[in-house]
Amino acid sequence: MNQIIVYTVIILTGIGILAAVVIYFVSRKFAVQEDTRVSAVESVLPNTNCGGCGQPGCHAFAMAVVNAGDLSALHCPVGGNAVMKQVADILGITAVEKDPYIAVVRCSGSFEYRKKTNIYDGTGSCKIAAALYSGDTACSYGCLGMGDCVEVCDFEAMYMDEKTGLPVIIEDKCTACNACVKECPKDILELWPKGKKNQRIYVACLNEEKGSTARKECAVACSGCSKCFEACRYDAITMTNSLAAIDPDKCKLCMECVDTCDVHNIITANVTPEKIQQANEQRLKREERERKKREAEKLAAQQNGNETTPQA
Amino acid sequence: MATRLHHKLKTFRIGGVHPEENKLSGQVPIVPLPLPKMVTIPIAQHIGAPAKITVQRGDTVKTGQIIAVHEGFVSSNIHSSVSGKVGIIEQVMDSSGFKHTAISIRVKGDDWEEYIDRSDTLVEEIEADAKEIVSRIMEAGVVGMGGAAFPSHVKLSVPEGKHVDHLLINGVECEPYLTADHRLMIEKPREIIVGIKILMRALGVKKAIIGIENNKRDAIETFEGLLKEESGISVEPLEVQYPQGGEKQLIQALLNREVPSGGLPADAGAIVHNVGTTYAVYQAVQKKKPLIERVVTVTGKSVKQPSNFLVRIGTPVIDLLIAAGGVPEDTGKIVSGGPMMGKAIADLDVPVAKGTSGILLIPKEESMRAEIYNCLHCGKCIEACPMGLEPYRLLLMSKKGNSEKAKEEHILDCIECGSCSFVCPSNRPILDYIRLGKTELRKTKKP
Repeated sequence: MNQIIVYTVIILTGIGILAAVVIYFVSRKFAVQEDTRVSAVESVLPNTNCGGCGQPGCHAFAMAVVNAGDLSALHCPVGGNAVMKQVADILGITAVEKDPYIAVVRCSGSFEYRKKTNIYDGTGSCKIAAALYSGDTACSYGCLGMGDCVEVCDFEAMYMDEKTGLPVIIEDKCTACNACVKECPKDILELWPKGKKNQRIYVACLNEEKGSTARKECAVACSGCSKCFEACRYDAITMTNSLAAIDPDKCKLCMECVDTCDVHNIITANVTPEKIQQANEQRLKREERERKKREAEKLAAQQNGNETTPQA
Repeated sequence: MATRLHHKLKTFRIGGVHPEENKLSGQVPIVPLPLPKMVTIPIAQHIGAPAKITVQRGDTVKTGQIIAVHEGFVSSNIHSSVSGKVGIIEQVMDSSGFKHTAISIRVKGDDWEEYIDRSDTLVEEIEADAKEIVSRIMEAGVVGMGGAAFPSHVKLSVPEGKHVDHLLINGVECEPYLTADHRLMIEKPREIIVGIKILMRALGVKKAIIGIENNKRDAIETFEGLLKEESGISVEPLEVQYPQGGEKQLIQALLNREVPSGGLPADAGAIVHNVGTTYAVYQAVQKKKPLIERVVTVTGKSVKQPSNFLVRIGTPVIDLLIAAGGVPEDTGKIVSGGPMMGKAIADLDVPVAKGTSGILLIPKEESMRAEIYNCLHCGKCIEACPMGLEPYRLLLMSKKGNSEKAKEEHILDCIECGSCSFVCPSNRPILDYIRLGKTELRKTKKP
């Protein structure tokens, strides 16, 4: 009995030692030479594997960074400039600063403004509904409200507002990883520069129908009235297919357009009502000045015209 | 008939289901629907490029006048189905569930183009040669009237290097409830036979087979009687099984040939045309009448008068519903097409298009989806799939966004017949996800 135990222990120990020796040499011989910088870079990355950088995961991003040796095309939106600075320090290269982004919801068609015209009873997924038909409200551009975007968010930065039926983005948690933007079949979500002092402004509508049709479909739809377009001093607003859009690169956040919108669908974030009011007053004053100037010019032209070339 | 009883009816080899037939309007004759006040004619009623509009707001048009011309080969002409004044041209919701450009025409009188022969006399003598037949069909804007609305002239132009020896006429109408084709076969069999001869001449084939499901004995007997002296054309009763009327299934049932994956019926030496299309071909070639009206079944368990209407294209669905006795109180869904492959419509102003075979009103208790449970891996969907696919796996692949893998598993061979969803004991939305997978694949194909 005891003998059996002794033999077993000796044999197994022998096998163990033998295997250890074999494994030691094998691992030496076939060791994978990985750049130590890769693991160093990886350790400072957020390691959420969200794919927001365009790489399949954080490890792949680390490898890409080390291989490229240049940060102009690679940026971790989740870590932001702070992490990219650390990465640059590890690799001994210069960091490229990029403006932080955030996802915005470009639809304001809540239950209140956009009445349901039919009942969707199919599978609860925006993607499937979008492949089937134009949606359960009259607006074929708006949010379908089944929360595919919330489901793909790895950072719990979104939730569906039950009162409005629209997704809401939690500013502190959104990392601009782009997952929701890719998921949305109606392209409602868009990455937007976070802006100076976290202030940003955008038109929350994508309806390209003519004004009258658009308003019938949704009470806060952009009708393409061009008031905001005319108010903008920086050419940051474009009108295409009866839809206004703000170019965030050109926008100076002067907020003068906000109050021109009939349906208050130019959405601002972190801007005090006072500032908007101020901006609006400024705009009105400016417009008044311009109007007077134009009238004076017209008058002058008329007088000039009367003197030189009388017209019928 | 006695001889028929003891030999087994032909059918396709794998899969299939047998939903309740519910052919409520099978014995109701086709009635022309009174002219509507206004028609809305979509310019994309067919598969392929939308037609190019040739009229303007305010123009006066005659019935049968061309109002949009085909753009490219895979496209179709659109004709005015009424006479009157062209109204607004805008994006309108059609039976596809999406908004497409449509021409609205305010109806005034019924003033037809002079060259159209409106009489009921049967013109049997076929004067046109193959080339002219195809061009007349193209001119008349004939498309497949079984539902998919594929331009018919494209089907008649067999790609080079392919040999077609059979013309198959699809009189199966395997969708429950629908009876439009059935009634047409009973009321216009002679015209359909002339249509078949026209198609045979265009294709240069010697043999044609009309496939009819065995639940339409009257239609089968009508054709058997008429075709006694005809050589080359025969009728084949088929087992009542869904989707017998699928193109690939019909070829398998009638010729015992298989269309290769991703291939065309011409690869199996056959061309399939629906009986409705055949009748439209007869009218286009012999009567110079463009495709401006079609038979639409309006049916449903609670519908007062299940009917078969001869409807001008562009008539709003609501007109048909009123003519059939109104929308019953208990209606839960209104479906364009049959219960298996049809699509619920979200708006009653949706116009009847060339591919609208029926309007089905489903009572509330039958219309809503049941609660979804987990997959039992029972394999019923695999048994039911007429294309030999594994639907439950395709669902998972599509759901996970793995459409490449789904492509390897032949997701693109799916004919979207819905047999898998029909048999699933867990009420899983199998077809929804398969469609999603197919849509994703088509998206990624584009640059």
